[in-house]
Amino acid sequence: MSEVPSPLAHHFDDLTQQKEATTLGMWTFLVTEILFFGGLFAGYAQYRTLYPQAFAAASHHLDIVLGTINTAVLIASSLTMVMGVRAAQLGRRKQIVIFLLLTIVLGLVFLGIKAVEYTHKYHEGLIPGPGFALQGEERMQVRFFAFYFLMTGMHALHMVVGVVIVGMIAFFAWRGRYSPEYYGPVDVTGLYWHFVDIVWIFLFPLLYLLGRH
Amino acid sequence: MSEHVIPVRTYYAVFAALLAFTGITVAVAFLDLGPLSTVVALSIAVLKATLVLLYFMHLRYSSKLTWIFVGTGIFWFLILIAFLFADVASRGWIPPAEGWNVPR
Repeated sequence: MSEVPSPLAHHFDDLTQQKEATTLGMWTFLVTEILFFGGLFAGYAQYRTLYPQAFAAASHHLDIVLGTINTAVLIASSLTMVMGVRAAQLGRRKQIVIFLLLTIVLGLVFLGIKAVEYTHKYHEGLIPGPGFALQGEERMQVRFFAFYFLMTGMHALHMVVGVVIVGMIAFFAWRGRYSPEYYGPVDVTGLYWHFVDIVWIFLFPLLYLLGRH
Repeated sequence: MSEHVIPVRTYYAVFAALLAFTGITVAVAFLDLGPLSTVVALSIAVLKATLVLLYFMHLRYSSKLTWIFVGTGIFWFLILIAFLFADVASRGWIPPAEGWNVPR
């Protein structure tokens, strides 16, 4: 450790304490994220209770095949992420980079499929606003689409941020910044990525699977 | 602390379980279970989220302090949902005042 500067910040006693603080800090942020998305879920729940038929009917406009594929893609990206964290715990530099790059690719596949879905919705005139295609009784469904775009949009934004952060961590890992003693940044990036996965785990049934039968 | 290195086997098993539950929740969505549909869909989602939390996010091997933080977040979210539904469900219990425009 003579040439490489120690990763230990001066205000911590040792790396274990630093790691514990890093992890707890990320969890604290994720708790605020639970409540951020919680507000959206609560709004969704209330409007769905008030307009059950409109929500069930509107859900049929979503592509269940693309939604299911995207769920699988995101779960796979969580697996590659956790494998990347494991590689960091074991100090396997090359493996960290490979698994993090795989995670980025899967994240981009998810966003690509999402973009295809949004494009379809645009052409069908299902974006809430002046050009909304459903009129008369069906116009009620605009409430569902408002929540659909807000919730999946915020989720997609978190994915974009995640992809950028994983990219940065992959770069630092390639430069050899992490070791089995110091891999906190890889670990907490994983926590963030899995949290975004969990949000989708709830969004998928609530938006795509509602009123399918 | 997540110093604990979890065997690759466990991660593959969790991954397979998550995919299986995704398949089940899609299949069940096509059955007509009435109001139970939402209950089943959300139960499967909670199960999947728990697997991700415990294994992918290493919560099972994390400190008690981490559990308290996570629990706090979930508890506060449940307060939000509980009070919201208490409001929505109790609407119309008391007749509105004369000329008062009440949302449904």
